[in-house]
Amino acid sequence: MMNNEALKELINSWFPELEFWEEGSEFLNIEVAPDQLFALMRRLKEDEQSSFDYLYCLSGVDWGETLGVIYHLESTNHRHSVVVRVQTKDRDQPTLDSVSSIWYTADFHEREVFDFFGITFSNHPNLKRLFLTEEWEGFPLRKDYVDEINMIIK
Amino acid sequence: MEDTTVKSNFKSEEYFINMGPQHPATHGVLRLLLTIDGEIIKKVEPDLGYIHRSIEKMCERDSYQQIVHLTDRMDYLSANINNEAVCLCVEKALEMEIPERVKVIRTIIGELTRISSHCLWWGVMGMDVGALTTFFYGFRDRELLNDIFEETCGARLTMNYNVPGGLMFDIHPNFVSRVKEFITHFKTKIPEYDRLLTDNVIFHKRTKGVGVLSREDAISFGASGPVGRGSGYSCDVRKYHPYSALSQVDFNEAIRTEGDTFARYSVRIQEMWESLSIVEQLIDNIPEGDFRIPTKAVIKLPKGEYFQRVETARGELGVYIISTGTKSPYRLKFRSPGFSNLSLLNHIAVGGKIGDLVATMATLDLVIPDIDR
Repeated sequence: MMNNEALKELINSWFPELEFWEEGSEFLNIEVAPDQLFALMRRLKEDEQSSFDYLYCLSGVDWGETLGVIYHLESTNHRHSVVVRVQTKDRDQPTLDSVSSIWYTADFHEREVFDFFGITFSNHPNLKRLFLTEEWEGFPLRKDYVDEINMIIK
Repeated sequence: MEDTTVKSNFKSEEYFINMGPQHPATHGVLRLLLTIDGEIIKKVEPDLGYIHRSIEKMCERDSYQQIVHLTDRMDYLSANINNEAVCLCVEKALEMEIPERVKVIRTIIGELTRISSHCLWWGVMGMDVGALTTFFYGFRDRELLNDIFEETCGARLTMNYNVPGGLMFDIHPNFVSRVKEFITHFKTKIPEYDRLLTDNVIFHKRTKGVGVLSREDAISFGASGPVGRGSGYSCDVRKYHPYSALSQVDFNEAIRTEGDTFARYSVRIQEMWESLSIVEQLIDNIPEGDFRIPTKAVIKLPKGEYFQRVETARGELGVYIISTGTKSPYRLKFRSPGFSNLSLLNHIAVGGKIGDLVATMATLDLVIPDIDR
Protein backbone atom coordinates (compact mmCIF):
# COMPACT_ATOMS: atom_id res chain seq x y z
CA MET A 1 0.00 0.00 0.00
CA MET A 2 1.31 3.44 -0.95
CA ASN A 3 0.31 6.53 0.95
CA ASN A 4 -1.00 9.62 -0.81
CA GLU A 5 2.41 11.32 -0.80
CA ALA A 6 4.13 8.37 -2.50
CA LEU A 7 1.31 8.00 -5.00
CA LYS A 8 1.53 11.67 -5.85
CA GLU A 9 5.25 11.41 -6.43
CA LEU A 10 4.88 8.34 -8.63
CA ILE A 11 2.11 9.78 -10.80
CA ASN A 12 3.88 13.12 -11.02
CA SER A 13 6.93 11.37 -12.45
CA TRP A 14 4.81 10.05 -15.34
CA PHE A 15 2.72 13.14 -16.04
CA PRO A 16 4.31 16.31 -14.64
CA GLU A 17 1.47 18.70 -15.57
CA LEU A 18 -1.26 17.25 -13.36
CA GLU A 19 -2.88 19.08 -10.49
CA PHE A 20 -3.10 17.31 -7.11
CA TRP A 21 -5.05 18.14 -3.98
CA GLU A 22 -6.31 16.51 -0.80
CA GLU A 23 -8.35 19.27 0.83
CA GLY A 24 -12.05 18.58 1.30
CA SER A 25 -11.69 14.90 0.46
CA GLU A 26 -10.40 11.72 2.07
CA PHE A 27 -8.55 10.66 -1.10
CA LEU A 28 -5.75 11.96 -3.26
CA ASN A 29 -7.42 13.89 -6.10
CA ILE A 30 -5.97 14.37 -9.55
CA GLU A 31 -7.18 16.77 -12.21
CA VAL A 32 -6.29 15.69 -15.74
CA ALA A 33 -6.84 17.36 -19.10
CA PRO A 34 -9.12 15.45 -21.54
CA ASP A 35 -6.29 14.77 -24.00
CA GLN A 36 -4.18 13.07 -21.32
CA LEU A 37 -7.04 11.14 -19.72
CA PHE A 38 -6.70 7.84 -21.54
CA ALA A 39 -2.92 7.67 -21.25
CA LEU A 40 -3.06 8.40 -17.52
CA MET A 41 -5.82 5.89 -16.87
CA ARG A 42 -4.05 3.13 -18.75
CA ARG A 43 -0.85 3.80 -16.86
CA LEU A 44 -2.68 3.80 -13.51
CA LYS A 45 -4.17 0.40 -14.28
CA GLU A 46 -1.17 -1.26 -15.89
CA ASP A 47 1.75 -0.04 -13.84
CA GLU A 48 2.60 -2.60 -11.17
CA GLN A 49 3.27 -0.03 -8.48
CA SER A 50 -0.11 1.65 -8.79
CA SER A 51 -2.13 -1.28 -10.25
CA PHE A 52 -5.55 0.39 -9.98
CA ASP A 53 -7.58 -2.51 -11.30
CA TYR A 54 -10.92 -1.71 -9.64
CA LEU A 55 -12.98 1.25 -10.90
CA TYR A 56 -15.57 1.35 -8.14
CA CYS A 57 -17.36 4.54 -9.02
CA LEU A 58 -17.75 6.62 -12.15
CA SER A 59 -19.86 9.75 -11.73
CA GLY A 60 -20.81 12.46 -14.17
CA VAL A 61 -20.92 15.97 -12.72
CA ASP A 62 -22.22 19.29 -14.04
CA TRP A 63 -20.15 22.10 -12.52
CA GLY A 64 -22.09 24.85 -14.32
CA GLU A 65 -19.29 26.15 -16.55
CA THR A 66 -17.97 22.71 -17.29
CA LEU A 67 -19.11 19.12 -17.54
CA GLY A 68 -16.98 16.25 -16.41
CA VAL A 69 -16.48 12.85 -14.91
CA ILE A 70 -15.02 11.68 -11.61
CA TYR A 71 -13.39 8.26 -11.42
CA HIS A 72 -12.84 6.49 -8.09
CA LEU A 73 -10.09 3.90 -8.39
CA GLU A 74 -8.81 1.27 -6.00
CA SER A 75 -6.09 -1.34 -6.25
CA THR A 76 -7.15 -4.80 -5.13
CA ASN A 77 -3.51 -5.78 -4.61
CA HIS A 78 -2.26 -2.76 -2.73
CA ARG A 79 -5.58 -1.40 -1.36
CA HIS A 80 -4.81 2.23 -2.07
CA SER A 81 -7.22 4.63 -3.72
CA VAL A 82 -7.13 7.65 -5.94
CA VAL A 83 -9.73 9.96 -7.48
CA VAL A 84 -9.32 11.29 -11.01
CA ARG A 85 -11.27 14.28 -12.27
CA VAL A 86 -11.63 15.38 -15.87
CA GLN A 87 -13.72 18.20 -17.25
CA THR A 88 -14.52 19.85 -20.55
CA LYS A 89 -15.71 23.40 -21.22
CA ASP A 90 -17.64 22.42 -24.32
CA ARG A 91 -21.27 22.10 -23.17
CA ASP A 92 -22.73 21.69 -26.66
CA GLN A 93 -20.67 18.73 -27.75
CA PRO A 94 -18.71 17.50 -24.73
CA THR A 95 -16.46 14.62 -25.68
CA LEU A 96 -14.11 12.54 -23.55
CA ASP A 97 -12.18 9.36 -24.18
CA SER A 98 -13.85 6.14 -23.09
CA VAL A 99 -12.03 4.00 -20.53
CA SER A 100 -14.23 0.96 -21.19
CA SER A 101 -11.32 -0.86 -22.83
CA ILE A 102 -9.37 -0.53 -19.56
CA TRP A 103 -12.19 -1.41 -17.13
CA TYR A 104 -15.21 -3.30 -18.53
CA THR A 105 -17.46 -1.75 -15.88
CA ALA A 106 -17.02 1.65 -17.55
CA ASP A 107 -19.16 0.43 -20.45
CA PHE A 108 -22.44 0.72 -18.53
CA HIS A 109 -21.35 3.60 -16.34
CA GLU A 110 -20.35 5.73 -19.34
CA ARG A 111 -23.66 4.97 -21.00
CA GLU A 112 -25.39 6.22 -17.87
CA VAL A 113 -23.34 9.44 -17.95
CA PHE A 114 -24.10 9.86 -21.67
CA ASP A 115 -27.78 9.38 -20.93
CA PHE A 116 -28.02 11.93 -18.12
CA PHE A 117 -25.26 14.45 -18.93
CA GLY A 118 -24.89 14.16 -22.69
CA ILE A 119 -21.15 13.56 -22.56
CA THR A 120 -20.01 11.57 -25.61
CA PHE A 121 -17.31 8.97 -25.01
CA SER A 122 -15.16 8.35 -28.04
CA ASN A 123 -14.19 4.73 -28.77
CA HIS A 124 -17.06 3.44 -26.65
CA PRO A 125 -18.31 0.12 -28.10
CA ASN A 126 -22.05 0.76 -27.74
CA LEU A 127 -22.81 4.36 -26.82
CA LYS A 128 -26.56 4.90 -26.69
CA ARG A 129 -29.19 5.84 -24.14
CA LEU A 130 -29.40 3.35 -21.30
CA PHE A 131 -32.36 4.34 -19.14
CA LEU A 132 -34.22 6.90 -21.23
CA THR A 133 -35.79 6.37 -24.64
CA GLU A 134 -33.91 7.26 -27.83
CA GLU A 135 -36.25 10.19 -28.58
CA TRP A 136 -35.83 11.82 -25.17
CA GLU A 137 -34.80 15.48 -25.44
CA GLY A 138 -32.17 16.95 -23.16
CA PHE A 139 -30.05 15.50 -20.37
CA PRO A 140 -31.89 15.41 -17.02
CA LEU A 141 -29.00 15.55 -14.57
CA ARG A 142 -27.59 18.74 -16.06
CA LYS A 143 -28.22 21.74 -13.84
CA ASP A 144 -29.92 23.72 -16.62
CA TYR A 145 -32.39 20.95 -17.52
CA VAL A 146 -36.01 22.10 -17.42
CA ASP A 147 -39.06 19.88 -17.31
CA GLU A 148 -42.04 21.89 -16.08
CA ILE A 149 -44.40 18.93 -15.99
CA ASN A 150 -42.46 16.20 -14.25
CA MET A 151 -40.06 18.07 -11.98
CA ILE A 152 -41.16 19.40 -8.61
CA ILE A 153 -38.90 22.19 -7.46
CA LYS A 154 -39.45 23.77 -4.08
CA MET B 1 -23.51 -30.08 -58.93
CA GLU B 2 -26.20 -29.02 -56.50
CA ASP B 3 -25.70 -30.07 -52.94
CA THR B 4 -28.74 -32.10 -52.00
CA THR B 5 -27.79 -33.41 -48.61
CA VAL B 6 -30.43 -33.06 -45.93
CA LYS B 7 -28.13 -31.03 -43.75
CA SER B 8 -27.95 -28.05 -46.10
CA ASN B 9 -31.72 -27.65 -46.11
CA PHE B 10 -31.76 -26.82 -42.41
CA LYS B 11 -29.94 -23.60 -41.75
CA SER B 12 -29.56 -22.35 -38.24
CA GLU B 13 -30.74 -18.81 -37.93
CA GLU B 14 -30.26 -16.17 -35.27
CA TYR B 15 -33.29 -14.32 -34.01
CA PHE B 16 -34.35 -11.89 -31.31
CA ILE B 17 -36.54 -12.72 -28.39
CA ASN B 18 -37.74 -10.54 -25.53
CA MET B 19 -37.26 -11.77 -22.00
CA GLY B 20 -39.23 -9.44 -19.79
CA PRO B 21 -40.17 -6.86 -18.72
CA GLN B 22 -42.89 -9.16 -17.35
CA HIS B 23 -40.89 -12.37 -17.15
CA PRO B 24 -41.01 -14.09 -13.73
CA ALA B 25 -37.28 -14.87 -13.74
CA THR B 26 -36.24 -11.24 -14.16
CA HIS B 27 -37.71 -10.46 -10.70
CA GLY B 28 -39.05 -7.09 -11.68
CA VAL B 29 -39.30 -4.89 -14.70
CA LEU B 30 -36.06 -5.78 -16.45
CA ARG B 31 -36.17 -6.45 -20.18
CA LEU B 32 -33.47 -8.56 -21.76
CA LEU B 33 -33.09 -8.56 -25.53
CA LEU B 34 -31.80 -12.01 -26.33
CA THR B 35 -30.16 -12.93 -29.61
CA ILE B 36 -30.42 -16.69 -29.83
CA ASP B 37 -29.57 -19.44 -32.23
CA GLY B 38 -31.96 -22.23 -31.39
CA GLU B 39 -31.51 -22.56 -27.65
CA ILE B 40 -27.98 -21.10 -27.55
CA ILE B 41 -27.57 -17.52 -26.40
CA LYS B 42 -25.48 -15.30 -28.69
CA LYS B 43 -26.03 -11.97 -26.97
CA VAL B 44 -27.86 -10.53 -23.96
CA GLU B 45 -28.65 -6.86 -23.99
CA PRO B 46 -30.44 -5.42 -20.96
CA ASP B 47 -32.99 -2.68 -21.58
CA LEU B 48 -33.32 -0.58 -18.45
CA GLY B 49 -35.31 2.34 -17.15
CA TYR B 50 -38.79 0.90 -16.64
CA ILE B 51 -38.88 2.12 -13.05
CA HIS B 52 -36.22 4.82 -13.12
CA ARG B 53 -37.24 7.58 -10.71
CA SER B 54 -34.10 9.69 -10.93
CA ILE B 55 -33.42 9.50 -7.23
CA GLU B 56 -30.07 11.26 -7.78
CA LYS B 57 -31.85 14.31 -9.24
CA MET B 58 -34.42 14.32 -6.43
CA CYS B 59 -31.59 14.30 -3.89
CA GLU B 60 -30.29 17.57 -5.32
CA ARG B 61 -33.37 19.39 -3.99
CA ASP B 62 -33.95 17.38 -0.78
CA SER B 63 -32.58 17.79 2.71
CA TYR B 64 -30.24 15.13 4.07
CA GLN B 65 -32.93 13.72 6.36
CA GLN B 66 -35.23 13.30 3.35
CA ILE B 67 -32.56 11.58 1.26
CA VAL B 68 -32.40 8.72 3.78
CA HIS B 69 -36.03 7.90 2.96
CA LEU B 70 -35.33 7.64 -0.75
CA THR B 71 -32.54 5.11 -0.34
CA ASP B 72 -34.63 2.22 0.89
CA ARG B 73 -36.59 2.46 -2.34
CA MET B 74 -33.44 1.46 -4.22
CA ASP B 75 -32.45 -2.00 -3.04
CA TYR B 76 -35.53 -2.58 -0.90
CA LEU B 77 -34.19 -5.88 0.41
CA SER B 78 -31.18 -4.13 1.94
CA ALA B 79 -33.23 -1.13 3.06
CA ASN B 80 -31.59 -0.70 6.42
CA ILE B 81 -28.05 -0.95 5.05
CA ASN B 82 -28.83 1.69 2.40
CA ASN B 83 -30.19 4.03 5.08
CA GLU B 84 -27.10 3.42 7.15
CA ALA B 85 -24.82 4.29 4.22
CA VAL B 86 -26.29 7.77 3.79
CA CYS B 87 -26.31 8.40 7.54
CA LEU B 88 -22.67 7.30 7.83
CA CYS B 89 -21.70 9.61 4.99
CA VAL B 90 -23.48 12.60 6.55
CA GLU B 91 -22.02 11.80 9.97
CA LYS B 92 -18.54 11.51 8.45
CA ALA B 93 -18.93 14.93 6.85
CA LEU B 94 -20.14 16.49 10.11
CA GLU B 95 -17.39 14.67 12.07
CA MET B 96 -19.95 13.40 14.57
CA GLU B 97 -19.02 10.93 17.30
CA ILE B 98 -21.71 8.26 17.20
CA PRO B 99 -22.57 6.40 20.45
CA GLU B 100 -21.42 2.78 20.68
CA ARG B 101 -25.00 1.68 21.29
CA VAL B 102 -26.05 3.02 17.90
CA LYS B 103 -23.14 1.35 16.13
CA VAL B 104 -23.93 -2.05 17.62
CA ILE B 105 -27.67 -1.85 16.91
CA ARG B 106 -26.99 -0.73 13.34
CA THR B 107 -24.68 -3.67 12.77
CA ILE B 108 -27.13 -6.19 14.27
CA ILE B 109 -30.02 -4.93 12.16
CA GLY B 110 -27.75 -4.72 9.11
CA GLU B 111 -26.78 -8.38 9.43
CA LEU B 112 -30.38 -9.44 10.09
CA THR B 113 -31.31 -7.55 6.92
CA ARG B 114 -28.65 -9.50 5.04
CA ILE B 115 -30.07 -12.81 6.33
CA SER B 116 -33.57 -11.73 5.41
CA SER B 117 -32.45 -10.75 1.91
CA HIS B 118 -30.58 -14.02 1.43
CA CYS B 119 -33.66 -15.98 2.63
CA LEU B 120 -35.74 -14.36 -0.08
CA TRP B 121 -32.98 -14.89 -2.64
CA TRP B 122 -32.68 -18.56 -1.67
CA GLY B 123 -36.44 -19.02 -2.04
CA VAL B 124 -36.65 -17.51 -5.51
CA MET B 125 -33.38 -19.11 -6.60
CA GLY B 126 -34.90 -22.52 -6.00
CA MET B 127 -38.10 -21.50 -7.70
CA ASP B 128 -36.23 -20.24 -10.78
CA VAL B 129 -34.66 -23.66 -11.29
CA GLY B 130 -37.92 -25.47 -10.63
CA ALA B 131 -38.05 -26.22 -6.90
CA LEU B 132 -41.20 -24.51 -5.65
CA THR B 133 -40.90 -25.64 -2.03
CA THR B 134 -37.86 -23.44 -1.37
CA PHE B 135 -39.99 -20.37 -1.97
CA PHE B 136 -42.23 -21.22 0.99
CA TYR B 137 -39.32 -22.19 3.24
CA GLY B 138 -37.46 -18.95 2.50
CA PHE B 139 -40.48 -16.76 3.06
CA ARG B 140 -41.41 -18.59 6.25
CA ASP B 141 -38.09 -17.72 7.91
CA ARG B 142 -37.92 -14.24 6.48
CA GLU B 143 -41.32 -13.50 8.01
CA LEU B 144 -39.86 -13.90 11.51
CA LEU B 145 -37.29 -11.22 10.76
CA ASN B 146 -39.88 -8.90 9.26
CA ASP B 147 -41.88 -9.26 12.48
CA ILE B 148 -38.83 -8.23 14.52
CA PHE B 149 -38.26 -5.22 12.24
CA GLU B 150 -41.92 -4.26 12.51
CA GLU B 151 -41.78 -4.33 16.29
CA THR B 152 -38.56 -2.28 16.25
CA CYS B 153 -39.49 0.51 13.89
CA GLY B 154 -43.02 -0.02 12.60
CA ALA B 155 -42.08 -1.02 9.08
CA ARG B 156 -41.41 -4.42 7.59
CA LEU B 157 -39.57 -3.50 4.40
CA THR B 158 -38.77 0.19 3.95
CA MET B 159 -37.50 0.65 7.46
CA ASN B 160 -36.19 4.23 7.75
CA TYR B 161 -34.80 3.28 11.14
CA ASN B 162 -31.57 5.25 10.73
CA VAL B 163 -31.36 9.01 10.90
CA PRO B 164 -28.25 11.18 10.68
CA GLY B 165 -26.95 11.11 14.26
CA GLY B 166 -28.30 7.72 15.29
CA LEU B 167 -31.59 5.85 15.26
CA MET B 168 -35.18 6.99 14.99
CA PHE B 169 -36.19 5.15 18.23
CA ASP B 170 -34.54 2.92 20.77
CA ILE B 171 -34.93 -0.84 20.35
CA HIS B 172 -38.08 -2.53 21.62
CA PRO B 173 -37.77 -4.26 25.04
CA ASN B 174 -38.48 -7.60 23.31
CA PHE B 175 -35.79 -7.10 20.69
CA VAL B 176 -32.93 -9.04 22.30
CA SER B 177 -35.00 -12.06 23.27
CA ARG B 178 -36.74 -12.26 19.89
CA VAL B 179 -33.46 -12.06 17.98
CA LYS B 180 -32.04 -14.84 20.15
CA GLU B 181 -35.10 -16.95 19.45
CA PHE B 182 -34.58 -16.36 15.77
CA ILE B 183 -30.91 -17.38 15.93
CA THR B 184 -31.81 -20.67 17.63
CA HIS B 185 -34.57 -21.27 15.11
CA PHE B 186 -32.54 -20.36 12.03
CA LYS B 187 -29.57 -22.52 13.00
CA THR B 188 -31.79 -25.54 12.50
CA LYS B 189 -33.10 -24.19 9.20
CA ILE B 190 -29.93 -23.62 7.17
CA PRO B 191 -29.10 -27.38 7.33
CA GLU B 192 -32.64 -27.92 6.11
CA TYR B 193 -31.93 -25.61 3.16
CA ASP B 194 -28.84 -27.68 2.43
CA ARG B 195 -30.76 -30.95 2.54
CA LEU B 196 -33.46 -29.60 0.25
CA LEU B 197 -31.43 -27.76 -2.37
CA THR B 198 -27.67 -27.53 -1.82
CA ASP B 199 -27.14 -31.30 -1.86
CA ASN B 200 -29.66 -31.96 -4.61
CA VAL B 201 -28.17 -33.67 -7.67
CA ILE B 202 -30.55 -32.01 -10.13
CA PHE B 203 -29.63 -28.65 -8.66
CA HIS B 204 -25.92 -29.41 -9.06
CA LYS B 205 -26.47 -30.24 -12.71
CA ARG B 206 -28.26 -26.96 -13.25
CA THR B 207 -25.62 -24.82 -11.53
CA LYS B 208 -22.15 -26.35 -11.58
CA GLY B 209 -20.00 -25.04 -14.42
CA VAL B 210 -22.76 -22.66 -15.51
CA GLY B 211 -22.14 -18.93 -15.93
CA VAL B 212 -18.44 -18.99 -15.09
CA LEU B 213 -16.83 -15.67 -14.23
CA SER B 214 -13.07 -15.40 -13.81
CA ARG B 215 -11.48 -13.38 -11.04
CA GLU B 216 -9.88 -10.86 -13.44
CA ASP B 217 -13.17 -10.25 -15.22
CA ALA B 218 -15.01 -9.93 -11.91
CA ILE B 219 -12.69 -7.10 -10.88
CA SER B 220 -12.79 -5.44 -14.29
CA PHE B 221 -16.60 -5.54 -14.37
CA GLY B 222 -16.72 -4.03 -10.89
CA ALA B 223 -18.44 -7.10 -9.46
CA SER B 224 -18.89 -7.01 -5.72
CA GLY B 225 -20.62 -8.92 -2.96
CA PRO B 226 -21.28 -12.65 -3.41
CA VAL B 227 -20.84 -12.33 -7.20
CA GLY B 228 -17.24 -11.19 -6.79
CA ARG B 229 -16.52 -13.55 -3.91
CA GLY B 230 -17.85 -16.54 -5.85
CA SER B 231 -15.00 -15.89 -8.29
CA GLY B 232 -12.33 -15.91 -5.62
CA TYR B 233 -12.15 -12.12 -5.44
CA SER B 234 -11.87 -10.92 -1.87
CA CYS B 235 -14.00 -7.79 -1.90
CA ASP B 236 -15.93 -7.63 1.36
CA VAL B 237 -16.27 -3.96 2.32
CA ARG B 238 -16.96 -5.11 5.88
CA LYS B 239 -13.40 -6.47 6.00
CA TYR B 240 -11.51 -3.79 4.08
CA HIS B 241 -13.40 -0.65 5.14
CA PRO B 242 -15.22 -1.64 8.35
CA TYR B 243 -17.98 0.67 9.51
CA SER B 244 -20.25 0.83 12.58
CA ALA B 245 -19.38 -2.06 14.95
CA LEU B 246 -17.96 -4.38 12.30
CA SER B 247 -14.38 -3.82 13.43
CA GLN B 248 -15.29 -5.32 16.83
CA VAL B 249 -16.55 -8.65 15.55
CA ASP B 250 -14.81 -11.71 14.27
CA PHE B 251 -16.09 -13.27 11.07
CA ASN B 252 -14.82 -15.00 7.96
CA GLU B 253 -15.22 -13.68 4.48
CA ALA B 254 -17.03 -16.35 2.45
CA ILE B 255 -14.99 -17.03 -0.68
CA ARG B 256 -15.25 -19.69 -3.38
CA THR B 257 -12.90 -19.93 -6.33
CA GLU B 258 -14.93 -21.80 -8.96
CA GLY B 259 -16.69 -18.68 -10.26
CA ASP B 260 -19.77 -20.57 -11.40
CA THR B 261 -23.40 -20.33 -10.37
CA PHE B 262 -22.99 -22.93 -7.64
CA ALA B 263 -20.05 -21.00 -6.15
CA ARG B 264 -22.10 -17.82 -5.90
CA TYR B 265 -24.88 -19.88 -4.34
CA SER B 266 -22.54 -21.41 -1.76
CA VAL B 267 -21.10 -18.01 -0.84
CA ARG B 268 -24.56 -16.74 0.11
CA ILE B 269 -25.33 -19.84 2.20
CA GLN B 270 -22.01 -19.39 4.00
CA GLU B 271 -22.77 -15.69 4.51
CA MET B 272 -25.96 -16.54 6.37
CA TRP B 273 -23.87 -18.50 8.90
CA GLU B 274 -21.38 -15.64 9.19
CA SER B 275 -24.14 -13.07 9.70
CA LEU B 276 -25.67 -15.24 12.42
CA SER B 277 -22.28 -15.37 14.10
CA ILE B 278 -21.90 -11.57 13.95
CA VAL B 279 -25.33 -11.05 15.50
CA GLU B 280 -24.58 -13.65 18.18
CA GLN B 281 -21.37 -11.86 19.16
CA LEU B 282 -23.14 -8.53 19.57
CA ILE B 283 -26.63 -9.30 20.83
CA ASP B 284 -25.62 -9.80 24.48
CA ASN B 285 -23.31 -6.80 24.50
CA ILE B 286 -25.43 -3.88 23.38
CA PRO B 287 -23.90 -0.99 25.32
CA GLU B 288 -26.06 1.39 27.32
CA GLY B 289 -26.30 4.96 26.14
CA ASP B 290 -28.08 7.35 23.83
CA PHE B 291 -29.73 6.04 20.72
CA ARG B 292 -29.37 9.35 18.94
CA ILE B 293 -27.31 12.52 18.99
CA PRO B 294 -29.46 15.52 18.18
CA THR B 295 -28.57 17.29 14.96
CA LYS B 296 -29.68 20.68 13.74
CA ALA B 297 -33.08 20.70 12.06
CA VAL B 298 -31.40 21.84 8.85
CA ILE B 299 -28.22 19.89 8.18
CA LYS B 300 -25.63 21.70 6.07
CA LEU B 301 -22.53 19.72 5.16
CA PRO B 302 -19.23 21.61 4.92
CA LYS B 303 -17.96 22.22 1.39
CA GLY B 304 -16.20 19.13 0.12
CA GLU B 305 -16.56 15.62 -1.21
CA TYR B 306 -17.52 12.60 0.88
CA PHE B 307 -17.57 8.93 0.00
CA GLN B 308 -18.99 6.09 2.07
CA ARG B 309 -18.79 2.44 1.11
CA VAL B 310 -20.93 -0.27 2.70
CA GLU B 311 -21.60 -3.92 1.98
CA THR B 312 -25.26 -4.53 1.22
CA ALA B 313 -26.69 -8.01 0.63
CA ARG B 314 -25.87 -7.53 -3.08
CA GLY B 315 -22.42 -6.04 -2.83
CA GLU B 316 -20.75 -2.69 -2.56
CA LEU B 317 -22.95 0.38 -2.27
CA GLY B 318 -21.13 3.69 -2.58
CA VAL B 319 -22.62 7.02 -1.54
CA TYR B 320 -20.76 9.94 -3.07
CA ILE B 321 -21.79 13.41 -1.92
CA ILE B 322 -20.43 16.63 -3.38
CA SER B 323 -21.44 19.47 -1.08
CA THR B 324 -21.14 23.19 -1.65
CA GLY B 325 -22.19 23.98 1.93
CA THR B 326 -25.94 24.23 1.36
CA LYS B 327 -28.79 22.16 2.82
CA SER B 328 -28.86 19.81 -0.19
CA PRO B 329 -26.04 18.03 -1.96
CA TYR B 330 -24.74 19.64 -5.15
CA ARG B 331 -24.44 16.16 -6.62
CA LEU B 332 -25.15 12.80 -5.10
CA LYS B 333 -24.17 9.57 -6.79
CA PHE B 334 -25.20 6.10 -5.69
CA ARG B 335 -22.80 3.44 -6.88
CA SER B 336 -25.18 0.53 -6.77
CA PRO B 337 -23.98 -3.08 -6.68
CA GLY B 338 -26.73 -4.40 -8.95
CA PHE B 339 -25.84 -2.05 -11.79
CA SER B 340 -22.27 -3.33 -12.05
CA ASN B 341 -23.31 -6.93 -11.47
CA LEU B 342 -25.86 -6.73 -14.28
CA SER B 343 -23.25 -5.40 -16.70
CA LEU B 344 -21.39 -8.72 -16.64
CA LEU B 345 -24.47 -10.82 -17.48
CA ASN B 346 -23.80 -10.77 -21.22
CA HIS B 347 -20.21 -11.85 -20.62
CA ILE B 348 -21.11 -14.99 -18.64
CA ALA B 349 -24.39 -15.98 -20.35
CA VAL B 350 -23.19 -16.10 -23.97
CA GLY B 351 -22.78 -19.65 -25.21
CA GLY B 352 -25.15 -21.09 -22.62
CA LYS B 353 -28.80 -22.04 -22.92
CA ILE B 354 -31.82 -19.99 -21.91
CA GLY B 355 -32.35 -22.23 -18.89
CA ASP B 356 -28.76 -21.54 -17.81
CA LEU B 357 -29.39 -17.81 -18.16
CA VAL B 358 -32.24 -18.09 -15.66
CA ALA B 359 -30.03 -19.95 -13.17
CA THR B 360 -27.19 -17.47 -13.69
CA MET B 361 -29.44 -14.47 -13.21
CA ALA B 362 -30.80 -15.96 -10.01
CA THR B 363 -27.32 -15.94 -8.46
CA LEU B 364 -26.61 -12.39 -9.59
CA ASP B 365 -29.52 -11.61 -7.23
CA LEU B 366 -30.70 -8.55 -9.13
CA VAL B 367 -33.09 -6.07 -7.56
CA ILE B 368 -34.30 -3.85 -10.37
CA PRO B 369 -34.95 -0.61 -8.43
CA ASP B 370 -31.32 -0.85 -7.32
CA ILE B 371 -30.23 -0.85 -10.97
CA ASP B 372 -32.69 1.79 -12.15
CA ARG B 373 -32.53 4.05 -9.10
